[in-house]
Amino acid sequence: MTAGPLAAFAAGVGPPDAGPVVAEGGRTQWSAGVVDPEALAAARAVRAPAGVVAVEAADMTVRVRAGTPVADVDAALAEVGQVVAVPDWPGATVGGVLAVGHSGLRRLGWGPVRDTVLEVRYVSADGRLVAAGGPTVKNVSGFDLCRLLVGSLGTLGLVGEVVLRTRPRPEAERWLAGEADPFALLRRLHRPASILWDGTTTWVLLDGHPADVEAQAGLCDDLTPVETGPALPPHRWSLRPSELPTLAGEGAFVAEIGVGTAHRPDPQPARPVDPAVRTLHERIKAVFDPTGRLAPGRDPLAAA
Amino acid sequence: MSATAVAADLAAALAPDRVRTGGVELELYGRDASVLAGEALVVCFPLTTDEVADAVRIARRHGRPFVARGSGTGLAGGAVPIGDPVVIVTTKMDRILEIDPDERVAWVQPGVVNLDLTRALAPHGLHFAPDPSSQQACTIGGNVANNSGGPHCLAYGVTSAHVLAAEVVLPDGTVTVLGGLDAEPVGLDLRGVFVGSEGTLGIATRIAVRLTPDPPAVATLLLDFPTVAAAAETVSGIIAAGLLPAALEMMDQRITEAAEAFAHAGYPTDAAAVLLVELDGLPAGVAAGVERVGEIGRVHGARAVRVAADDAERALLWKGRKSAFGAVARVAPNYYLHDTVVPRTRLVEVLAEVYAIAERHDLGVMNVFHAGDGNLHPLLLFDAREPGIMDRVRAAGEEIVRVSIEAGGVLSGEHGIGLEKRDLMPLLFGPDDLDAQARLREAFDPDGVANPTKVLPAGSRCGDLQSIPEGVWV
Repeated sequence: MTAGPLAAFAAGVGPPDAGPVVAEGGRTQWSAGVVDPEALAAARAVRAPAGVVAVEAADMTVRVRAGTPVADVDAALAEVGQVVAVPDWPGATVGGVLAVGHSGLRRLGWGPVRDTVLEVRYVSADGRLVAAGGPTVKNVSGFDLCRLLVGSLGTLGLVGEVVLRTRPRPEAERWLAGEADPFALLRRLHRPASILWDGTTTWVLLDGHPADVEAQAGLCDDLTPVETGPALPPHRWSLRPSELPTLAGEGAFVAEIGVGTAHRPDPQPARPVDPAVRTLHERIKAVFDPTGRLAPGRDPLAAA
Repeated sequence: MSATAVAADLAAALAPDRVRTGGVELELYGRDASVLAGEALVVCFPLTTDEVADAVRIARRHGRPFVARGSGTGLAGGAVPIGDPVVIVTTKMDRILEIDPDERVAWVQPGVVNLDLTRALAPHGLHFAPDPSSQQACTIGGNVANNSGGPHCLAYGVTSAHVLAAEVVLPDGTVTVLGGLDAEPVGLDLRGVFVGSEGTLGIATRIAVRLTPDPPAVATLLLDFPTVAAAAETVSGIIAAGLLPAALEMMDQRITEAAEAFAHAGYPTDAAAVLLVELDGLPAGVAAGVERVGEIGRVHGARAVRVAADDAERALLWKGRKSAFGAVARVAPNYYLHDTVVPRTRLVEVLAEVYAIAERHDLGVMNVFHAGDGNLHPLLLFDAREPGIMDRVRAAGEEIVRVSIEAGGVLSGEHGIGLEKRDLMPLLFGPDDLDAQARLREAFDPDGVANPTKVLPAGSRCGDLQSIPEGVWV
């Protein structure tokens, strides 16, 4: 049933002598991990097929083609009262957000994006369709190639279709904002969806049963309801949650409390990489893409 | 074989009393909790990361593979030594190195016992979410190797979701850290790849685990059904209603009887099946969930819905479930525990098939399993003294695997592949799929020395032969 579009995608990628290729989604994070813009620009852009294949509401999973806009998946799941913990950047596709691997603002409550991926069907560097993982919510059958592919920037394989774990769509949700100690709120609240802090203002996103949202809101000191969270500066810094207090007074930021991500106007300086980890990256790239034709010019170790 | 020379080098690098070559001990470490057996060349007990790295390098210098081992509670033969390896036992590396309640992370050595960690965390109002039935004995290192689950993984996820970083000794003896405590560690998710790799990519020597806050409200329910199908339909109904219980366990009549005789939990022994359901979180959501689960159960014919009145009653209900496997000894001398997963919408029909398969092979069967995530655990009952019985047990087991996969399921939910299911991998994966997994293994372990012959069937790597260490029998 899904073989048609996926097979066509694989044929479009073609064998190694078909040259360098890069998968294109909504281009919302196109600069991620680019170390050689010319090599990337010279690669032939291909697009994964699109479409929600199956909403398995009673199993709380969804099978979706990688070229599908995240907004379309969300709309399909809204009809059955479910949601996926995948960031809903405007214009982004499922394949694109998984290739980048960054989580959305609700990671504190909903977990990281990589934990939502149950199965991946991808096109390998030699143009073959490969399946990894499986459609069930629990699975330890073999190596976890799904986690290898999430955040690999399309350098190891081009994702064509995935099965994602869904969550119950929260019955109620509420943004609050004001001046409060965000770290005290983290200790006091039970699994809030998000706590954000810019050094002065704290934002809290609560979701769940309406009565619980109400009760938790009552624990949020003087915070008052607001329509939405803050605008985010464009660059991501990956810090330890315990490092976030040190950001105060160091320029503009919006920090995800309890998670460690800080959104800042300037990019994070290159992070140190242990030589053994670098060697593993090189060996993995060499076995998955011996000719270096997938997403040339991109390096996951260079991604912010 | 060069056992004496290997042992001498290990004794010099570790300590003479932490290296064993005696027959009885080699026999003991030749097995895990599966029905399979192998043979260790030498067994050693390192205390530190450096000693693990030394042991790996010594094994390699002598041309031997190595096998990491925790408590040996694995059920798929993952720790069974094949190819005269050096067995590196991590149980003496049993220290909790650091608990940071603010950052909700703890660094532990691999030999820390799962339940000991959770007990140490209790004063902080935190716990380690994966809770396999073997949690009184199994180690965190073993949990990492097998990506272990447990009843409460339904809402909280399996081990992979709870490991932030691991210091590992790679198959060439190099020490490095995979993952990190920062939000989005740089590069590929090698931590995620390592978890569940069954000791084939290296040995974890320090593990940073994510700590989960204890929920403010918990409710535990026992539902009692006249038929197995009614219980299974209730499971599907609960998931379909968009509820996400912390745990959703099912026990059929035979195992309920055995568990009740052992634990005196007040289980209804005349019920065809019971469901143990736990809801946790904030009070209103929990109360609404209890109501809803009760309704769904009654719609499907539940005879009774018992809600535990207090923590003591909750503990009692769980005691029955957690001691179920031990209680089987009262019923049959031996059992073979299976582990497959099916989509939760297919539970009713697959369970019916499991009973039919056991009957066709004239074997007793009990079912006690993580119904909420579709993770079946049929126990085939037998008496190993009966000639030829193992052939029937294996044949029935393979049929259960096939039926699960035909229903859209997978080979294993939490026990792993090891040796037990290695040759069944082609039921789930095609040649190109297995080739991709073999490539990953090759990147970490080009010489195939870390727990050789496990997980992937021989010939998985298309186009060339897996390099197999000298002396390995496959």
